[in-house]
Amino acid sequence: MKGMTIIVKEVTTLVIGFILLYSINLILTGHLTPGGGFVGGVMLACGFILMVLSYGKEKVNSLISDRSTTVWDCSGAFAFLVIALLGYFAGDFFANFFAQPGNFRLFSGGTIPLANIAIGIKVGACMAGAFIALTLFRGPAESFPGGKL
Amino acid sequence: MNLQTLPFLLAMIVVAVGLYAVVCKKNLIKIIVGIIILDYGANLFLMLTGYRENGLAPIRTANMNADNFLNSSVDPVPQALILTSIVIGLGTVALMTALAIRIYEKYETFDISEIKQLKG
Amino acid sequence: MINILPLLVAIPLGAAFLLPLLEKFPAGPRLSRTLAVITSAALMALSLLFLTADNITYWMGGWTPDSGALGICLVLDHLSAFMLALVALVTLVATLFSLSYMKRYTAEPLYYCLFFLMVTGMNGVILAGDIFNLYVFLEVAAIASYSLVAFGCGSEELEASFKYLVLGTVGSVFILLGIAIVYNQTGQLNLAAIANTLPQQNAALSMAAAFFLVGFSLKAAMVPFHAWLPDAHPSAPAPISAMLSGILIKVLGIYALVRVFFDTLEMSQQFAYILITLGAVSMVIGVFLAVGQWDFKRLLAYHSISQMGYVVLAFGVAGEMLLTQKFNIASLALLGGLFHLFNHAVFKSLLFLCSGAAEYATGTRLLKKLGGLKHRMPVTSSCLRIAALSISGVPPFNGFWSKLIIIIATIQAGHLWLGAMTVLVSFMTLLSFIKVQRYIVDGDPSVSVSSAKEVPFSMCLAMVILAIICIGAGILLPLYQKIFSDGAQSVITEQFTQLVRLAGG
Repeated sequence: MKGMTIIVKEVTTLVIGFILLYSINLILTGHLTPGGGFVGGVMLACGFILMVLSYGKEKVNSLISDRSTTVWDCSGAFAFLVIALLGYFAGDFFANFFAQPGNFRLFSGGTIPLANIAIGIKVGACMAGAFIALTLFRGPAESFPGGKL
Repeated sequence: MNLQTLPFLLAMIVVAVGLYAVVCKKNLIKIIVGIIILDYGANLFLMLTGYRENGLAPIRTANMNADNFLNSSVDPVPQALILTSIVIGLGTVALMTALAIRIYEKYETFDISEIKQLKG
Repeated sequence: MINILPLLVAIPLGAAFLLPLLEKFPAGPRLSRTLAVITSAALMALSLLFLTADNITYWMGGWTPDSGALGICLVLDHLSAFMLALVALVTLVATLFSLSYMKRYTAEPLYYCLFFLMVTGMNGVILAGDIFNLYVFLEVAAIASYSLVAFGCGSEELEASFKYLVLGTVGSVFILLGIAIVYNQTGQLNLAAIANTLPQQNAALSMAAAFFLVGFSLKAAMVPFHAWLPDAHPSAPAPISAMLSGILIKVLGIYALVRVFFDTLEMSQQFAYILITLGAVSMVIGVFLAVGQWDFKRLLAYHSISQMGYVVLAFGVAGEMLLTQKFNIASLALLGGLFHLFNHAVFKSLLFLCSGAAEYATGTRLLKKLGGLKHRMPVTSSCLRIAALSISGVPPFNGFWSKLIIIIATIQAGHLWLGAMTVLVSFMTLLSFIKVQRYIVDGDPSVSVSSAKEVPFSMCLAMVILAIICIGAGILLPLYQKIFSDGAQSVITEQFTQLVRLAGG
């Protein structure tokens, strides 16, 4: 896959920053407005997929590899579990242990924004990784016996 | 039969269309599309259970009367459930696509009438 | 004590997320094996701790119903404590077996990752207190099992996995539709709250019950819905076959069915008869299909369908007796059902592990190519003989006692012909396993067996543990019968619903 025409590449360069910024906005304000970790993470992965489609997979794979998405994926999920376990400091699994008083502010959600960030990283890396795995069409070969999916 | 049951019936028709594609189609990709339709029909059905006429979106903002909001918003619980079930559906479809690609590598066809090693 | 209940779900989940990080290190496979053994041993210890504990209702994050919140709860009653211990036992044994067996495959850390995701899902289903979490954990376990079936990436594995995936997803969609209807009728998701606010029997609830029945029967592979099982279970690696046949179909199918039909929706005469019919039909058709098989693992998979028929039959009889207020017979039938569930998990896992060991040493699993295994692999063949005698109901092995209890309960309930059918199926099972012993264990060593050696120590250890349970469980039943009868009592008294109600749900 060589990538698409110059028009697509230029437009992608212009738009990609906004897509990533919007996804970060969705993740950070997930406890106030519709959105949150999953939606923001999907948006993050969509930006990545756009990059792969317009520039071609070889160029993008030199930036983000199959392996690094796995690492980010597992670290995000593990961070979410750690946040849940930290709830034991307030007595219960998943307890919101530093909930702040007040509503409708960026830092009013206690552990929920942190959990949203962890989920955002996890989902973004996971979907990007799944897309990379699907693009690695290696042709009919017996070259991966017992390999991973 | 009144107007209120009509949307539920339509959702069930969507489910039936998906089921038809899963049962009758012979192409792996069409089966995957059938599964997606089936999944969305079920999600639509679940979504309709929370519907309320002239309801508000269940998002609370700072300058909003809480009682008024409670009395007029639609039920948010099914929406939370659907988000979860969409994630599950996404995982299933991704796995299914990966399997279909691998099957194509092995058999060089998507036709299930030619993929028949397991019998008995 | 009550506080550590969520760890049963959190520990395997944490292990599953740590394992892929080890993949590229040179010491990765060894580290992942160590981590897997530690995790499954910890799960075993925790579940044994909870086996003797009191009943627990645990609200996540302190969101109890007293505070007016819509909380998520985990519930532990005697039935779920018993199932947890069963899952932990089979997990431990399958992990021990995998240590040597999985060395032939690449990507060992990913295998253990999927393995523990499946365990997470099963523990979650067992502990879930509300119907939607039950669905979510069921899907976690199911998706992990789809990819484990395809783990070998051969053409047969991929095809079996695709078939399993399509049918499993259809089953899940039916369960989701059932949940939607129940939510529409009651406005509740908590199982106990649904039971409290359930309206009079109407058409919508019957439809929901039908959806649940189809969904859970697809997961449990009852006979009209069994098409995926004989393909999927033999295609997986042997320890995974043991997990799938040993506990997955029980937890996702039978346990969820019991939770929904006995504790939540009202049991009715029709559904008791449907369960009895499903059980009897699976029992008979499963065993008749099994007799003609020449692939060892495929034969075992058909026997799984047949043996699960016994369990469903026992639960159906119990449901019918509960409706007519005959609590003694109901508790006997439930005791038989639960005991057979335990026994089947033990001897079917053992049989699949033996088939894996035979395949590991000889490279084939066709009955006609194996033969004379007792000359070359004494441990495997004696374990295989014990398991075969146990599944076909020869006294004093454990299979005999549970089948006896089920037959007595069926006859006491007045279904003489069902009792006779159960005996007939048991006889057919014996016939089929005589064939297995004749072709695999006895006779002169065949070409592929003559160069075989006994399998490594950890695989032998796993098989011997299960074989000892097979011999001991039947004879020593009076010592620990309390576990099963407590489980049966908790179904009869709807302890689960009571528990959540006491906690204010």
